[in-house]
Amino acid sequence: MSALRIFVPGDAGALAVGADDVAAAIAKAAATAGVSVDIVRNGSRGLYWLEPLVEVELPTGRVAFGPVSVEDVPSLIAAGLFEGRGERLFLGRTDEIPFLKAQTRFTFARCGIIDPASLADYRAHGGGVGLMRAAALPPAEIVAMVAASGLRGRGGAGFPTGIKWKTVLEAAGARKFVVANADEGDSGTFADRMLMEGDPFSVIEGMAIAGLAVGATRGYLYIRSEYPHAIARMKAAIATAGAAGWLGPDCAGTGRAFDIEVRVGAGAYVCGEETALLESIEGERGEVRAKPPLPAHKGLFGAPTAVNNLVTLASVPFVLSEGPEAYAAVGFGRSRGTMPIQLAGNIRYSGLFEAAFGVTLGELVKTVGGGTLTGRPIRAVQVGGPLGAYFPPALFDTPFDYESFAARDGLIGHGGVVVFDDTVEMAGMARFAMEFCAHESCGKCTPCRIGSTRGVELLDAMIAGREVVKNAALLEDLCDIMKFGSLCALGGFTPYPVMSALRHYPGDFGLAPAATAEKEIATWA
Amino acid sequence: MQDQAGRVAAIVERFRGVEGAALPILHAVQEALGYVPAESVPMIAAALNRSRAEIHGIVTFYHDFRDKPAGRHLVRVCRAEACKSMGSDQVAQGFEQALGIRLGETSPDGAVTLEPVYCLGLCATAPNAMVDGKLSGRLDGTKAAHLAAGLQP
Repeated sequence: MSALRIFVPGDAGALAVGADDVAAAIAKAAATAGVSVDIVRNGSRGLYWLEPLVEVELPTGRVAFGPVSVEDVPSLIAAGLFEGRGERLFLGRTDEIPFLKAQTRFTFARCGIIDPASLADYRAHGGGVGLMRAAALPPAEIVAMVAASGLRGRGGAGFPTGIKWKTVLEAAGARKFVVANADEGDSGTFADRMLMEGDPFSVIEGMAIAGLAVGATRGYLYIRSEYPHAIARMKAAIATAGAAGWLGPDCAGTGRAFDIEVRVGAGAYVCGEETALLESIEGERGEVRAKPPLPAHKGLFGAPTAVNNLVTLASVPFVLSEGPEAYAAVGFGRSRGTMPIQLAGNIRYSGLFEAAFGVTLGELVKTVGGGTLTGRPIRAVQVGGPLGAYFPPALFDTPFDYESFAARDGLIGHGGVVVFDDTVEMAGMARFAMEFCAHESCGKCTPCRIGSTRGVELLDAMIAGREVVKNAALLEDLCDIMKFGSLCALGGFTPYPVMSALRHYPGDFGLAPAATAEKEIATWA
Repeated sequence: MQDQAGRVAAIVERFRGVEGAALPILHAVQEALGYVPAESVPMIAAALNRSRAEIHGIVTFYHDFRDKPAGRHLVRVCRAEACKSMGSDQVAQGFEQALGIRLGETSPDGAVTLEPVYCLGLCATAPNAMVDGKLSGRLDGTKAAHLAAGLQP
């Protein structure tokens, strides 16, 4: 009889809440009981409020227990964990858990299911089909498929991936590059990390398809240093993929070369901006470049470069294997396909929810997310990371889509949703946005470098109650300059959290609600 | 110091021929020595055919690189929005009070460095901290104080 397979995630989010100890306790208990078990350290399913989520594989499918602490292990085993039975903490069949069942998992289809160290497991779950299909196609046809899928940049800018790849493919250059941006610095986002830890071969497959599509011979995967587990996992997976012939001088049997090298960031948030990221790979200060030239024309080391967010690249294998129509079939308006939405902060059901575009913010935080973890009323939701706007409950009807959020002076960014209850002080959050910008500014352009510091000073004055009306006008003026005068999104988007806080929560700044609201509409609508 | 110079030289040699080698070299130096000594800057500059000022500019741009060693223990507390929404202010205070130092400081005996970090990507198990490379989520002030108490001087 083969060993019983038990899954205990090795995902960093699960490790942070004790998954290693749980895995060790189960292994020890199994040895004592004389039960032969194979403990697989899978990625996370993305149901973080249930982590550590332990799954037991039965002939009929997988059943789950969670959140399991090391103290729970003896009683769970006594209640029948090895037979897939239980009462307390027993969740039944994993794929029947409503939070999972309600999702449309294209990009994260395998994450949390497979053993991320096993290429064989990846292939057994449909991995690699996209790369093999791409290997048999001329580059222009791969690009056409990606264009037809409607896939847009998941880093936040939402630029059509097919157009970017076409530009690189058609650009003249002795060599070309693919760069995967995994400098996932936005608070509230963890999709890149989860995918690298839970399904690393999908990242490699996406990068290899991109390489074949644009004619690049080398790919760089830039991972932030705050993700040591993802770095280790990706390095190991790249070695495995190379040994299997997916990478190297004969990429997937095409006779064309494609290699991937991991580069590690060094704690600079601004390096998530594509041109700063290129500077960083080149070994420079992570200062933003003025555009044009676009990286697609003149990117890494001056060569045509496709810089894509990691989730964008990992979405490509599905497009190739299932066809662009299948991807484009779901979505909302010009936002086609799915978005891995990350529900974080003060929310009851925290985790990753991959869904077709179009779900409203209210459905996300209330129906899917179950409201706040503290049980208090939701006061504000920040969408899109530290440069994203704060949305009050009055705007919860906003559909999750690039254009709908832009129309309400917000952005979806990389899909991070951070919920705050009614104890949050919004003037303090606005100050934090400016402080963060000052801390992370690369210093290249004046509106960001100086403006952020002046913004902190203005907000300090307002919080102290000094000349609030006059300073609010100055703050609006400053935000206007930062928004339109900064070189990149760091200075350019910091006004989003600041102005949304001021507009929707004027009382927190010592302003009379009505007057500010009217003034806001005049200047920022 | 001689030993340090030798180790930096070996690292620089290891990355010969790598395009854009500055960050990989600086990471390797910091991993080997615990910081990037000022004395290593001219060596790295010479190897990369850059000026000392340029290398200094690169080292000081990135928050990760230290100009002196950290404490024997390194505590990094997330101070970004998702952790703030779940009370990271109390977690930071818990560490500060238990260790007797403020964020950004190293204890006088060199035992512990306490510093902020802006997102560990564990936003769904907030608030978080990383203690000597080990992650801890769903913290509060009491748990933070407990983690701090567990650090050997």
